[in-house]
Amino acid sequence: MKLITTLLLLLTLSVGAHAAEETKLQAANVDLSDKVSLLRGAKHFVTYCLGCHSAKYMRYLRIALDAGVDEKIVLKDIAPEGASIYDQLHSAMNKHDAEKWFGTQPPDLSLIARSRGADWLYSYLKSYYIDPTRPFGVNNMVFPDTAMPNPLWQLQGEQHTVQRKTIWGEYAQLVLDEPGKLSEREFDRMVNDLVNFLVYVGEPGQMERQSIGKYVLAFLLIFLVIAYLLKKEYWKDIHKDVH
Amino acid sequence: MKINRLALCGNWILERFPLAKVWNEHMTHYYAPKNFNFWYFFGSLALLVLVNQFVTGILLTMNYKPDAKLAFDSVEYIMRDVNWGWLIRYMHSTGASAFFIVIYLHMFRGLMYGSFKQPRELIWIFGMLLFVCLMAEAFMGYLLPWGQMSYWGAQVIISLFSAIPVIGDDLSLWVRGDYVVSDATLNRFFAFHVISVPLVLVMLVFLHIVALHEVGSNNPDGIEIKKYKDEQGIPLDGIPFHPYYTVKDLVGVAVFLIFFATVIFYMPEMGGYFLEHANFIPADPMKTPEHIAPVWYFTPFYAILRAIPDKFAGVIGMGGAIVVLFLLPWLDRNPVRSIRYRGGIYKKALLLFVISFICLGYLGTQPATPTATLFARLFTSIYFGFFLLMPIYTRWEKTKPVPQRLTEQHSLEEQLHTLEEQLPALFEEITETKPVTTEIGDPAFRSSFFTRRPNAEGLLNVTTRLVKKLKESLD
Amino acid sequence: MINEDVDQSKRQFLTSALTVVGAIGTGYLAVPFLAQMQPSVKAMAAGAPVEVDISKIEAGQLIRVAWRGKPVWILNRTPEVIQTLKTLDSQLRDPLSQESIQPEYSKNPVRSIKPEIFVAVGLCTHLGCSPTFRPEIAPHDLGEKWKGGFFCPCHGSWFDLAGRVYQGVPAPTNLEIPPYRYITDTLIIVGETDGEKKA
Repeated sequence: MKLITTLLLLLTLSVGAHAAEETKLQAANVDLSDKVSLLRGAKHFVTYCLGCHSAKYMRYLRIALDAGVDEKIVLKDIAPEGASIYDQLHSAMNKHDAEKWFGTQPPDLSLIARSRGADWLYSYLKSYYIDPTRPFGVNNMVFPDTAMPNPLWQLQGEQHTVQRKTIWGEYAQLVLDEPGKLSEREFDRMVNDLVNFLVYVGEPGQMERQSIGKYVLAFLLIFLVIAYLLKKEYWKDIHKDVH
Repeated sequence: MKINRLALCGNWILERFPLAKVWNEHMTHYYAPKNFNFWYFFGSLALLVLVNQFVTGILLTMNYKPDAKLAFDSVEYIMRDVNWGWLIRYMHSTGASAFFIVIYLHMFRGLMYGSFKQPRELIWIFGMLLFVCLMAEAFMGYLLPWGQMSYWGAQVIISLFSAIPVIGDDLSLWVRGDYVVSDATLNRFFAFHVISVPLVLVMLVFLHIVALHEVGSNNPDGIEIKKYKDEQGIPLDGIPFHPYYTVKDLVGVAVFLIFFATVIFYMPEMGGYFLEHANFIPADPMKTPEHIAPVWYFTPFYAILRAIPDKFAGVIGMGGAIVVLFLLPWLDRNPVRSIRYRGGIYKKALLLFVISFICLGYLGTQPATPTATLFARLFTSIYFGFFLLMPIYTRWEKTKPVPQRLTEQHSLEEQLHTLEEQLPALFEEITETKPVTTEIGDPAFRSSFFTRRPNAEGLLNVTTRLVKKLKESLD
Repeated sequence: MINEDVDQSKRQFLTSALTVVGAIGTGYLAVPFLAQMQPSVKAMAAGAPVEVDISKIEAGQLIRVAWRGKPVWILNRTPEVIQTLKTLDSQLRDPLSQESIQPEYSKNPVRSIKPEIFVAVGLCTHLGCSPTFRPEIAPHDLGEKWKGGFFCPCHGSWFDLAGRVYQGVPAPTNLEIPPYRYITDTLIIVGETDGEKKA
């Protein structure tokens, strides 16, 4: 018995140590009930991302419906010129140009929050730094040697890495040396809105899903209570027999 | 008047079709032991999940496109554009995992109470065939979303066939219908997943139940209720399946559905175990994801495969892990069925087996580091040791006397009730009165709960008692 | 086993209660299962209103556009055709379109907003074939009575050039007129009515 416990302990330790090696991610504050943040995020997405990335499973109509705003407002404020409300968020970029410029096709972002996670996206967008050895002059702490140039550098400003030493060892930290158009707080909020929107785009129905869930569970509880009472009533026959 | 017509119509059918006979034979006159416990819910639950998979699966095929170019898009189309498509898809994907949870618990029940032993060997064989079919069904179904995990998972598993000497390469080529997993593979897997395997599953379920109702159900005491019958030939310890077990199973269904709905509505990905994160990226034959792991229900077998350092031997090991289950009725030499009356050695062996199965499952989801592989080898040995050493250790087993008639165990309600009664005393034991330092204003805080603090000695006593009890139950 | 002192009414009540609750649950579950066969958002997007430029349609010419996947005809009628339409009432089943489907603004003898521009869903009201456009008068295959109109090849229904059904043919009602409106004099939008959307 002791042997098993020790082995189990060792097992969890060995695997736990492996996980700790990855870069620490910053937590994004995802709140899908914040419609204003979602709309701001949608606007940022169309402005800064849609040039290269599509979100081809998402329709402008769905944004209007879920955010509870008029279709005309979405078309005027968010969608690019000439888009129809039924259109999906297609990028204007042509695939061959993309291959030529970035060496790879920018992925569709409809499901990026489901494959990468909100915290990863939030940290990724904030972790660009100057690196002259890279084709676009920037690199990323979270996704080293990323093919994407920093689309938000004018807003965030320029960062570079500094090696810090602590008793646990050396690690790199990002320092902002040239501020951008936005203050740090404004930039954080902007990236958070964008991530919030991407989480929403990953599964637009998730708010509806969760709100239906309560009623289903309440119903099942009622069913359980009645079923239990019925069972108890019938099983009186059997318990009587025994005693 | 109207009711009379209805009755006439009913009679017309009954005279021509043995509906009443079938109902009586399998429900109202099927006598099941009256001491079924928690573990006996999972058979009917498996049937429920099967129905769920059939209904939601049929609805999904209406919008799914088995085409490498369209498959991924069509799944997202179902998730977003089809009315309630998300619910149906999540019911199906959660149902797949639920199926395996239910089946694993159902199989564990068999191991505990010896339900595979004479005369129920054939029920066990049909059940194992069902399990193999279910694995095939789940494996092929997992390719259909055509995400990265679908693709590379299928690529890896089909390549296993190529380990078979001589015919291996040709066989895996034939299974794929192409040099890699491709549109051809997707299309044939779709056909198998929606037509062939489900048909076999239904047939096997039918055989499983027919075989069960021929010899009658086993029970937690592992004794035959048919030995003691009353004047009418009804087993003294048997009760009609309907209404007693139908109403009881309904309670089980309700509890199951609460868990099922919680997953569907609040955590359909189940932290990446039910729906893997990398499967939200469309399949890309040019790029393997950094870490591929099968869905959780295959990971124990996958860990066995990885633990063995030779390709062919690995495949044999993985296949053997399943084949050995088929042999169980002949490996276990102890005539005592239920774990209640079996010796400590079987209890410990079963515990070790369960631990190694769970750990293998966990290791299968993790990257294969040298330490992890070492552990996987250890647990693989335990897995096989449990089965292959069984003919030996079940012979020495010191069993307890088996009762003649079913025993009355405390029901869950009664156990909860006793626990409730014991709780205050237990609380007294593990805590001691806090010395009063400051006057607390709110009278509610002056109740006994807040004026006490944990007592190390008491805690130790309780823990020792618990451990002793656990040890006793293993002897 | 069988106890006389069992409370049968309680059992009966609980059984009924569980049956009712179960039936309600099944009913609610059936809603999504059935609703998933309704047109999806994609189908509705394909059924979005379509804009049609009518400036290029010559007098007597018919063009077809797809709306919700159905053929929609836009016909530029000559003054002679409009004159002929007035003489046909006695041969028609529903000359005033009392029993036919059309928006309120095209419920008139010529069945259109502007008399010359005729817009209709090109599907026969009998069993859904698309009738052929036969503007010629008294062709030898249709006979003397034919004053120009639409002829359904499937089951031989006759419609005049306002889509009104003749008597004695299988089609029960006049051709359906979709909602449409003029954005400008030469641009119409099919599938949308002034003010409210009917997409």
